[in-house]
Amino acid sequence: MQRQSRDHFDASTIPDDLAPIATVLSKMLPGDWRSLRPVIDRRKCVKCALCWLYCPVQCVTVKPRWFEFDLAVCKGCGVCAQECPQRAISMVEEAGR
Amino acid sequence: MSSAAAAKFNKPAFVVCEGNEAAAIGVGLSRPDVVAVYPITPQSSLVEHLSQMIADGRLNASLMNVEGEHAVMNGLQGVALAGGRTFTATCGPGIAFMFEPYVRTPGLRLPMVATLVTRDLLSPQCVWGGQQDAMVVREAGWIQMYCETVQEILDTTVMAYKIAEHRDVMLPVNVCHDGNYLSFGVTRVELPDQEAVDEFLGPPNINWHIALDPERPMGVDPLTGGAGGPGPRNFVRYRRGQCRGMQNALRVIREVHAAWGERFGRYHAPLIEEYRLDDADTALVTIGSMTGAAKDAVDAAREAGERVGLIKVKTFRPFPIEAMTAALAKVNRIGVVDRSVSFGWNAGPVYQEALGALYLTGKQIPAISLIGGLAGADITAEHFARAIALTREAQFGRAQEPVWLNEND
Repeated sequence: MQRQSRDHFDASTIPDDLAPIATVLSKMLPGDWRSLRPVIDRRKCVKCALCWLYCPVQCVTVKPRWFEFDLAVCKGCGVCAQECPQRAISMVEEAGR
Repeated sequence: MSSAAAAKFNKPAFVVCEGNEAAAIGVGLSRPDVVAVYPITPQSSLVEHLSQMIADGRLNASLMNVEGEHAVMNGLQGVALAGGRTFTATCGPGIAFMFEPYVRTPGLRLPMVATLVTRDLLSPQCVWGGQQDAMVVREAGWIQMYCETVQEILDTTVMAYKIAEHRDVMLPVNVCHDGNYLSFGVTRVELPDQEAVDEFLGPPNINWHIALDPERPMGVDPLTGGAGGPGPRNFVRYRRGQCRGMQNALRVIREVHAAWGERFGRYHAPLIEEYRLDDADTALVTIGSMTGAAKDAVDAAREAGERVGLIKVKTFRPFPIEAMTAALAKVNRIGVVDRSVSFGWNAGPVYQEALGALYLTGKQIPAISLIGGLAGADITAEHFARAIALTREAQFGRAQEPVWLNEND
């Protein structure tokens, strides 16, 4: 494949105070600043997947009979709880962390 | 190249056109890759000239159809990040709608060129010229150059690309010309040769600092700042770099204007123009197209034996502190004529900045603020004669009110 970048694109020549860029991946995940945590009632969940569709950070994971949340990624926005037609999700305050 | 060789190569051509067309010709000569302009009075004919040039095949650029000025600037940021040379133009309510991406452009260090066909701001409702729009955005981080003549619009538009894309600058440039007065004022204009402009500008290299490159993956404009961690010092580093680019621009603007004069034979004052100032006791300070009538009034006063001169501001951002201080040091009283208002100071914005430069001269001299030309009002040589007379009578100290030059018109 033909190289698209210019030969004179030498990163070492670019002043580090020019345009704000990030070249190191931040390990910070949205779960770091969550104040409310979604808790699912497994008896009510019918796996309709609306929470999976709506979740802005895509933290909904699939279990055999219900849906679960990856709490490292979940930012606690509560969209899933708002949208769940079965009222199977409740938002619980994070405490003691 | 010698000036004789340059003149031979240049083959000047002449057209008679309005200021908006002169700006469009300047853009065409600079060969942008993408043009996105949303029409707004008094800038609309600029868009029409540009679209016609593209439709006729005289300008090989993409015309991006957008739903408004906000989309214009966001779209063009993408173009610049991808390495394209861009152009847009707006004014008044248009720049108000563009504001959010507009203020972001300088921080991203994208060397765009945008014409401001300056217009007074609403309300009271008006569609006419005034410099309130440009003055409102003077702290947005864009370079601002105000043109005096139609020829200067064309020349400054081409020079603006050279200034913006200079590696020591890398900042967007607003070429400002007065709505109605310059936008629709028709005069003879000398056209530079396309090959000469190509050679003058060189090939564009817009995104050498921020190009999307698979060999150097990066996130552009990540979250910076905050109260702790490495954020504050990162933010300060980028802000300081932006300020340095602005200060470098003062040198680059002078160099580019000198190179333009050398190449095309037209020397425009890059930062501050001093007119009949050397033995002057009193000076008017002007900005933009009003300067022509002001020079006529200065000439008339000179013929009457008065020692009057004029200081014209071309580059307002970055503010040419040293050039302005040197000019102000020559005179003993000034009258600053603004085409906009500073609500905080109950005076004009250029007046405010002239006071700042006066501090550096170490002199305490009378300085008065005069405001005219709002919403398309004419500032005639008679108005300037009155401005000169009032300046000559001025006392040191703060006036409670500016002089409203058009209050009886």
